[in-house]
Amino acid sequence: MAVAEQKNSPAISVSHLVRTFRSPRGIIRALDDVSFTVPKGTITGLIGPDGAGKTTLLRILAGIMAPDGGKAEILGFDPETQGPKLQRHIGYMPQKFGLYEDLTVGENLDLHADLHGVPVERRSEFYAPLLAMTALSPFRSRLAGNLSGGMKQKLGVACSLVHAPPLLLLDEPTVGVDPVSRRDLWEILTTQVRNQGTTLLVSTAYMDEASRFDRVVILYNGHVLGEGNPSDLMSNVRGHVFWVNVPDIAARRLEPLLSQVPGVIDAVGEAEEVRIVSEGTSPPSLPEDMKGARTKSLDPRFEDAFMLLLGQEQGSKGRRSFSPERLGWQNKKRGLLDGGVEDSIVIRDLTRNFGSFCAVDHLTFSVRRGEIFGLLGANGAGKTTTFRMLSGLLLPTSGELRIDGQDVLGAGVSNLRSRLGYMSQKFSLYSQLTVTQNLTFFTSAYGMTGKRQRDRIAEIEEFFELVPYRHESAGLLPLGFRQRLALAASLAHEPSILLLDEPTSGVDPLARREFWRTISQLSLWGISVLVTTHFMTEAEYCDRLAIMSLGRLLALGSPSEIRARARTEACPNPSLEEAFIALLEQENRARDAPL
Amino acid sequence: MNDNETLQEKLTRISAMVKKETIQIFRDPSSLAIAIVLPVFLLLIFGYGVSLDARHVPIAVVADSRTSASEGFVAGLRQSPWFVPRSYPNIHEAIGALKRKDVDGILWLREDFGRSIQSFRTQGVDVVVNGVDDNTARLVEGYLTNTWATWIGLRNLRGRTLTFQPVSLDVRIWFNPNSRSRDFLVPGLIAVIMTLIGALLTSMVIAREWERGTLESLFSTPVTIGEILIGKFIPYFILGMIGMGVSVTMGRVLFAVPLRGTLLVLLICSALFLTTALGMGLVISTISKNQFVAGQIAIVFTFLPAFILSGFIFDIHSMPLFIRVITHLIPASYFVTILQSVFLAGNIPGIIIPNAITLFLFSVFLFGVLIRISRKRIL
Repeated sequence: MAVAEQKNSPAISVSHLVRTFRSPRGIIRALDDVSFTVPKGTITGLIGPDGAGKTTLLRILAGIMAPDGGKAEILGFDPETQGPKLQRHIGYMPQKFGLYEDLTVGENLDLHADLHGVPVERRSEFYAPLLAMTALSPFRSRLAGNLSGGMKQKLGVACSLVHAPPLLLLDEPTVGVDPVSRRDLWEILTTQVRNQGTTLLVSTAYMDEASRFDRVVILYNGHVLGEGNPSDLMSNVRGHVFWVNVPDIAARRLEPLLSQVPGVIDAVGEAEEVRIVSEGTSPPSLPEDMKGARTKSLDPRFEDAFMLLLGQEQGSKGRRSFSPERLGWQNKKRGLLDGGVEDSIVIRDLTRNFGSFCAVDHLTFSVRRGEIFGLLGANGAGKTTTFRMLSGLLLPTSGELRIDGQDVLGAGVSNLRSRLGYMSQKFSLYSQLTVTQNLTFFTSAYGMTGKRQRDRIAEIEEFFELVPYRHESAGLLPLGFRQRLALAASLAHEPSILLLDEPTSGVDPLARREFWRTISQLSLWGISVLVTTHFMTEAEYCDRLAIMSLGRLLALGSPSEIRARARTEACPNPSLEEAFIALLEQENRARDAPL
Repeated sequence: MNDNETLQEKLTRISAMVKKETIQIFRDPSSLAIAIVLPVFLLLIFGYGVSLDARHVPIAVVADSRTSASEGFVAGLRQSPWFVPRSYPNIHEAIGALKRKDVDGILWLREDFGRSIQSFRTQGVDVVVNGVDDNTARLVEGYLTNTWATWIGLRNLRGRTLTFQPVSLDVRIWFNPNSRSRDFLVPGLIAVIMTLIGALLTSMVIAREWERGTLESLFSTPVTIGEILIGKFIPYFILGMIGMGVSVTMGRVLFAVPLRGTLLVLLICSALFLTTALGMGLVISTISKNQFVAGQIAIVFTFLPAFILSGFIFDIHSMPLFIRVITHLIPASYFVTILQSVFLAGNIPGIIIPNAITLFLFSVFLFGVLIRISRKRIL
């Protein structure tokens, strides 16, 4: 290998890299003086929320985008001027699936092998381990477009490894991939690094993936917030993390209160307690009205380290005091339709077939009023089909479906629709319309007019702190605000049930906290929330979870109950993600076992 | 692996791109449809639907007084293949019919029609033509005048005995008197079709890769931008030539258009023009990065000018100077001239060589632009 550098020099070294973009909102500094190094043969994680600059950085390193300033050196090459030479030695996988969906798995591999000049006679030798590792062998002649999300990512990795590059750059390979595929993908990558000595730079928005890296570079708003070994970064926050429990105050009510307390950097309500990150190494002094508060020191998570770094950098100035207080309809609690019905949603033996395929198979659960209920499952588990049946877009094949005590399949379906608010993963906003115009449209669609409509829009804009953005086009809002507007739009017609379809995939941790704080507040006012998610940390916010697989209910219970079900000798304290994977595997074993 | 690129590697990459593009063409029926179904469809529509010969034009006839002369003239008109006369009792109803577009013109035989004929004057006839459709109006006017003149002639020849003959069929005074308009239209149409398929096919291909994010992956491999472009050009060139073959065969077989020049000249000139059209498509595709926009631009900036300004239907010489200058910027107009010559007149070097050279210069220019604007960079 004629790579021109010494043995011990880093695979990547980046110094003072700057890249700006013009946008209608002014000049955005996507990368603002970024410097770091990546040692050879390591897995380095580029961790940061959406918009941190991860993609820009990786594109510059791959030689497909020019920086405005600073310098990068990769394997001894300058990506800006020596792109073509550099590209012979790297594998790069963009965030958006970059393979040809109308080519088969084999054709995609061949294309990449040809482009990288892998000799035909050595192909089978190169392909065999890749196909074995990714378990794609049986699908060689399948069109890439017909692969599942997780398999596409595996194919992407296989294509970028086809010429055995010494360096691999991967841009958020695990986004939108279900936990099982996510784990497989990490296994593949780790094996590659340990066995082949490949250097890996991977970006991710998932803080909980940090433990998989040898080193992490935390990127935030275009600059490096922290860098180092994940356990070192974690040890910095050790002693700063506590749980707080105040008798008579529910965790969900306590969380916004605690986040206002001076010295508290972060507060997250989880089940019966609130997790806080304190500025100091002792619990902050709590105000008078939190009498009898108990605190206990906790083991930190990587996200806590991130919050601490962010809090130290921003001081108190950057923190928003987003604590939803008053929204008109909290007091006009909706009357129950046929009195005394406690459950908002009742699903009994719900089944939906598409031809011979059973998408939802005798599903039974109910959502109580004011409950936050999570629907978890891999792609194809039947979550979306269930959502569609709930919102009346799809008729069930059989079974019962009641909303606020009324049969969805009965007469007054259109009335029921106004009781549901729906927020989709894609936000479904009109990007050319302003904030107010969007809200006007969505309220009009539910038949609101005149003064009532105007009052409602003003109220909701105030509640979501959208007033300064009133006349801005939705498409130009920062991601967090877009998400807030999408939630506002789904709530504008005063629904009593909120359906959220993967609402926060990939949004940054701060925006996510804010979002869930709002959701918690809404639930306290009696709005029931049904949410689907891939994000296990998000599932922690739910009161109860239903885990679905292949259309059937696998487990139902509170997050701690679910965790308890997966407890084994080997894994005495499983995370929700571990529990989820364990449950899916149990199910798979049961299905594969001979009858 | 070493750092020195070999020609072998370059060729491998180009052939990989060609192979990939070819597989995609066969998997995606839309590009095959553009290249083969579209020409057939357009040729059928235009070949059968558009004719510059006016036939069976509905026309109102108002005879103020029924004389043998007027009856005779109308009877003669009825025999003519160009007109379908309808009688109206008075001029007001006839004007009404014209306004309703029931008829395209009015022939008004005045009270003194019989007498004026006898006195060899022509004031007794008024012709009103709906001028909204200028082309048809002039045709109707011309045909009517001609029919009238013929009738007078016939009448005078035969003295005053009113033995009416059907009006002679070879009355073609307005357009291209000695040939069927289809022979003239089909070659021009082929040029327009080639513009459309050339530009439309390639305008989509790079934009599609931008849209689907596949270009980002491609850019991170050692493949060069030139190799990507060649890899896209070759398969679409072949596809376009197949479309050309289909069009020419249809013109010869279905519409019996003569081919007086040689096939080789036709092939070379078509290749030159197709290169230009593909070049336009690739430039559009590179600029717009969005399939929908690229498709729209391809239609508005290549197909419509080719249709209107290439001289295929509308005579360039009757256009205002400013527009005439613009027509020189439209590659299709050179190809129309070449095709009309090759099909109708034969290999005339004086026409074909300068036009072919112009097409060549166009393609050199377009590919020059393409190389300048294509960079292996995101954003």
